[in-house]
Amino acid sequence: MGKLKETIHEVISNEIPQNSKVLDLGCGSGELLEYLIKDKNIIGHGLDINDYAIINCIEKGIPVIQWDLDNLPLDFPDKSYDITILNQTITQVINSKKMILEMLRVGKEGILGFSNFGSLEIMLKFVFTGRMPITREIPFKWYDTPNIRLLTIKDFYDFCKANNIEIKKKVFLKKKLNSTKYKQIRLFTNLRSDLAVFWIKKI
Amino acid sequence: MGRNIPYDIKYYIFSQDKSFELESGKKFGPITVAYETYGTLNEQKNNAILLIHALTGDTHVTSDYDKDDKTPGWWDTAVGKGKAIDTEKYFVICSNCFAGCMGTTGPASTNPDTDKPYGLEFPLTTVRDMVSVQKQLIDFLGIKKLKCIMGGSLGGMQVLEWSVLYPQMLESAIVIASAYKTSPQIIAFGEVGRNAIMADPNFKNGNYYDGAPPEKGLAIARMAAHITYLSRDSMEAKFGRDIKKDLKESDEMYGFFGPMFQVESYLRYQGRKFVQRFDANSYLYITKAMDLYDVTSGKNNLTEVINKVQCRMLVISFESDWHFRPSESWEIVKAMMNKGKEISYVNINSPYGHDAFLIKNVEMEKVISSFINTKRDK
Repeated sequence: MGKLKETIHEVISNEIPQNSKVLDLGCGSGELLEYLIKDKNIIGHGLDINDYAIINCIEKGIPVIQWDLDNLPLDFPDKSYDITILNQTITQVINSKKMILEMLRVGKEGILGFSNFGSLEIMLKFVFTGRMPITREIPFKWYDTPNIRLLTIKDFYDFCKANNIEIKKKVFLKKKLNSTKYKQIRLFTNLRSDLAVFWIKKI
Repeated sequence: MGRNIPYDIKYYIFSQDKSFELESGKKFGPITVAYETYGTLNEQKNNAILLIHALTGDTHVTSDYDKDDKTPGWWDTAVGKGKAIDTEKYFVICSNCFAGCMGTTGPASTNPDTDKPYGLEFPLTTVRDMVSVQKQLIDFLGIKKLKCIMGGSLGGMQVLEWSVLYPQMLESAIVIASAYKTSPQIIAFGEVGRNAIMADPNFKNGNYYDGAPPEKGLAIARMAAHITYLSRDSMEAKFGRDIKKDLKESDEMYGFFGPMFQVESYLRYQGRKFVQRFDANSYLYITKAMDLYDVTSGKNNLTEVINKVQCRMLVISFESDWHFRPSESWEIVKAMMNKGKEISYVNINSPYGHDAFLIKNVEMEKVISSFINTKRDK
């Protein structure tokens, strides 16, 4: 497996059927959608609020809609997309719960990826430095981080249980030692994963 | 209207046998289309961009090709050599709309049957008619597919109409500060204007061409409309409650009623300036066409109608625009998304209200040029 972005794109693309209709919530500069359009010939729309992200998408020819994800509910009909994606965005919206429920209302299924705040690395940093941990996945100080809703993999399991969300598949990624590359892991995932990607569906 | 024009307008004349059918079913002709082109049409004829002017615009988009520099183009900021819409790369066409008064056949044109101006004998015109007339011009120029079509406000409505009427002729479309139908609030402002024109004693049921035109009515119409083009904040910033010092003779009744606010003076100036270049009957026909426009023809099935669109589309709105609000642009975007179309939407945070698209705006220009020059080949 390759670098972080490519790894996540591959992992997500693997599960997406050809020609699906996909909504990427918080699409940034549209790399994932570009990958999916090439790889799976999807019909894709991205939502983002950032001006630069929007212009980057338009330059690439990726359909993009300027929209503030804190502006919920989403103004789209139920199940109007095959798949909705929230890739490393859920930690940045104010109403995370509503956001996840909305993505599963608008999409038949959802793909949700986030940085795991429960990893041993983060916990050790927290314990030994006494300061908010800074990692490669979350490289911000407490005062300028866009990540305002931090969670762990176990937190997410609890959330799904409480909200009748079925986890159809999950992939855990951990960066390799002394490398910028990532690998999939299966054991002690809450402690070892840097990133988690879940395929979810409302029951 | 006998205007001295210091730049080259071209004319295309068709339907001399009155064979051209309007949306109403009425046959009409002959029709002259005034248009200007900038840049060079390439051999494959695939680099043409059609720009559609707004309510009172004309063919003169950019002054970059003028022999003298007397007449600014209405979109000089965005269109020209090396600009966002680059005339060194693209062949830019802009025609005056049907029922207009800037060279294209309209109510002020001479009716060949009577040798007099049409006046209110001119047939009722719709946005679709404006588009069908433009299509004749594009056919005449031998262009099978437009690289891009774009327009703001009423021009944006025509872009939308093009997109559903001749979808196979468009590679991409940009709808700016527009809507798929006019809101009752804007129809109301339009009606104030139309009433002002018709109440002017010079109006004479539209037959004023051999005497003084209904300038007062038309000026008031323009003043009312102009309010809707600015935002409350931009008025506050531009005029505040400042007082105009030197009153002119034309500033009737001021002094009597107290001092004149700058905003009052500005609106009067806009009114005075407008009547020098615009025909009152054209104003009635075009504003009514805009108010009547509804891409769904009243059927309220926007999503189904939008399904006809085949090209990629960009919709741009401005946060402070209350003439056509961002929420009205959003309706078009949402319908396109629902149908899985290639749609992008940008809501620009400009304080200048509806007029924002005609004012220098780096973000809008960047978005437009990125969209036209997009790297992804289909």
